[in-house]
Amino acid sequence: MRHIISVLLENESGALSRVAGLFSARGYNIETLTVAPTEDRSLSRLTIVTSGSDEIIEQITKQLNKLIDVVKVVDLSEAAHIERELMLIKVRASGKDREEMKRMADIYRGRIIDVTDATYVIELTGNGSKLDSFIQAIDGGLILETVRTGISGIGRGDWVLKV
Amino acid sequence: MTMMTGAEIVIRCLQEEKVEYIFGYPGGCVLHLYDELFKQDKVKHILVRHEQAAVHAADAFSRSTQRVGVAMVTSGPGATNAVTGIATAYMDSIPLVVISGQVATTSIGQDAFQECDMVGITRHCVKHNFLVRDVRDLAVTLKKAFYIAATGRPGPVVVDIPKDVTAAKCKFDYPAEIRLRSYNPVIKGHSGQIRKAVQLLAGAKRPVIYSGGGVILSNAANSLTRLTRLLGFPITTTLMGLGGYPGTDRLFLGMPGMHGTVEANMAMQHCDVLLAIGTRFDDRVISNPEDFAAVARKIIHVDIDPSSISKRVRVDVPIVGNVPDVLDEMIRLLEAERERKDISEWWAEIEGWRARQCLKYVPRDDAIMPQYVIEKLWEITKGDAIVASDVGQHQMWTAQYYKFDKPRRWLNSGGLGTMGVGLPYAIGASFANPGKPVVCVTGDGSIQMCIQELSTAKQFGLPIKIVNLNNRYLGMVRQWQEMFYSRRYSQTYMDSLPDFVKLAEAYGHVGIRVEKPKDVEPALRKAFVDHKDDLVFLDIRTAREANVFPMVAAGKGLSEMILADENL
Ligand SMILES: Cc1ncc(C[n+]2csc(CCOP(=O)(O)OP(=O)(O)O)c2C)c(N)n1
Repeated sequence: MRHIISVLLENESGALSRVAGLFSARGYNIETLTVAPTEDRSLSRLTIVTSGSDEIIEQITKQLNKLIDVVKVVDLSEAAHIERELMLIKVRASGKDREEMKRMADIYRGRIIDVTDATYVIELTGNGSKLDSFIQAIDGGLILETVRTGISGIGRGDWVLKV
Repeated sequence: MTMMTGAEIVIRCLQEEKVEYIFGYPGGCVLHLYDELFKQDKVKHILVRHEQAAVHAADAFSRSTQRVGVAMVTSGPGATNAVTGIATAYMDSIPLVVISGQVATTSIGQDAFQECDMVGITRHCVKHNFLVRDVRDLAVTLKKAFYIAATGRPGPVVVDIPKDVTAAKCKFDYPAEIRLRSYNPVIKGHSGQIRKAVQLLAGAKRPVIYSGGGVILSNAANSLTRLTRLLGFPITTTLMGLGGYPGTDRLFLGMPGMHGTVEANMAMQHCDVLLAIGTRFDDRVISNPEDFAAVARKIIHVDIDPSSISKRVRVDVPIVGNVPDVLDEMIRLLEAERERKDISEWWAEIEGWRARQCLKYVPRDDAIMPQYVIEKLWEITKGDAIVASDVGQHQMWTAQYYKFDKPRRWLNSGGLGTMGVGLPYAIGASFANPGKPVVCVTGDGSIQMCIQELSTAKQFGLPIKIVNLNNRYLGMVRQWQEMFYSRRYSQTYMDSLPDFVKLAEAYGHVGIRVEKPKDVEPALRKAFVDHKDDLVFLDIRTAREANVFPMVAAGKGLSEMILADENL
């Protein structure tokens, strides 16, 4: 089962490698990992997408909590939550493809944020499967480059992850 | 407030923590620190002969006292030499603070002379580690290091200090207390869970208590003994838990696991309620987790570390908390409870298993049986020596035949299984327990992994008794090759062994060779009585192909033991 785990981490040098190292040392899988400081600069917030049996997810949460730099851990997938990922995709956009690419970007509510004679850079946000579906929907031969941030997640409603 | 250098601050912090001994080895990046050590006499530095031994000695200091052990090493090779010691302590949850020198902050990342990324290298074998980049963080970091090492599930903490930080100056202010928002170990067990556990215990028909190193580390031996006697339940303690309950007591079934007794393993396998305390269902204990889980039993698990619970085995009543507190609350509740199940049938079954006498061995006139040596060692030391062991067959025989009645007498590397710990452990324990007899039981392979420490022992006049069960083999590996590799003894024969007697003498100690069974006892007496104040190296030539039994082969179930008499 896929799980989205959110972690509040001391914003110390080396803290991120402790988390990443834990996953590799114990053989847990990481699909995506995102990290950035929060409004409180002393804390970073991580979102880790992983998968495993209930036992493994329980161990992941416990092992994360055991890291001294980890302040809080929640499994977002336990309740209603929102997940988003940002993708920047550079595509060939010339001739008849140019119009078609613009049309596809509109359908997916993407924005074209860089334009040359022959290329577009399209910015797209959504959950992972929406981004996957965009890649599927356009002609693969036109894709020059993709960059994805990995999933960021947050709980719905009053559910807040704070110190 | 006066300004102090980083080096002065480190030594002051050690004094504030009431550190009596540190074990270490100097080098370029720790020159300032060693200079400050020189100028004072509160913190005594023990110079070892290899950094691995410094960490092992600090580790044993802690194991035998419960205090935090401290080691100091230089950067680069000093630091990497310490890693085995750190990993050994980590696997057995021993609280240590290891201070390593580092190249100057301005040189970090430049492949400077003797630079290594100590924080990176040790990340997976420490409870936590720090690189101190600013002298103003030094005191508070050391405070954190001692606090983290000793609280919760204990463990080693590395503090890596660049040379320029030890020279830089700032005001010294040692915090009296420290709080970390990200680290709050749970201390108090959940009372509802404890009540649930007590109900299960009171209703059990075939109960067993299974305790481990957590009982020793948390000083819970007294509480465990009271609880066990109150219940009248059979108890088994792991390799790391030996001494947590009196080994000579009738309720004690011996050790469980790969080389556990029949009665302990059968009871573990066939019980209906298992009370696991400060232990982690390690593969050397429960062997195959599927086979273990195939039997329906209720498991209560008390441990300070939530991640130990339901890691290898599903648990019915988890209790996270400080072991002695939880046990004391159980005792309080049980004393109020009148109803108690009659478990005499269960005991009769256990006595049946005990009657197999699985630790019986056949004595020989022509060769010294290693088991016999340990039995005699137990007699002569009245079961009250501090016994440090190396790793191998001799370790298992000591665990089986030296009946530890008290905690913190048995020092060995259970988790990592590090050959070479024996002598440095004996050294660390000697400093921590002056006047108490300290023994190192070892093998001809293990002793050579830290043999250089005979020199340290000489320098400090430590009257350690080394019992070398010399079988001229890497015995434990040879046993596996005999049993599972059709006797192909690949690289397990020890050729060109040194003359250990002469070697001991060369280091300035007393060496005694023992070759006949009848000489074992007199030689032990000579070592412990005539040479009470000397280090004595007893090189005991034992039966070469003696094996450790019972044995549960890797991957097998606990009840599938191979016994000695099936293998004669
Ligand atoms: C540092 C290290 N290397 C290798 C091993 C693997 N090993 C486990 S027991 C053993 C043999 C130990 O031989 P010895 O010290 O002579 O003791 P014996 O088993 O003969 O009593 C070996 C090589 C180990 N545990 N530690």
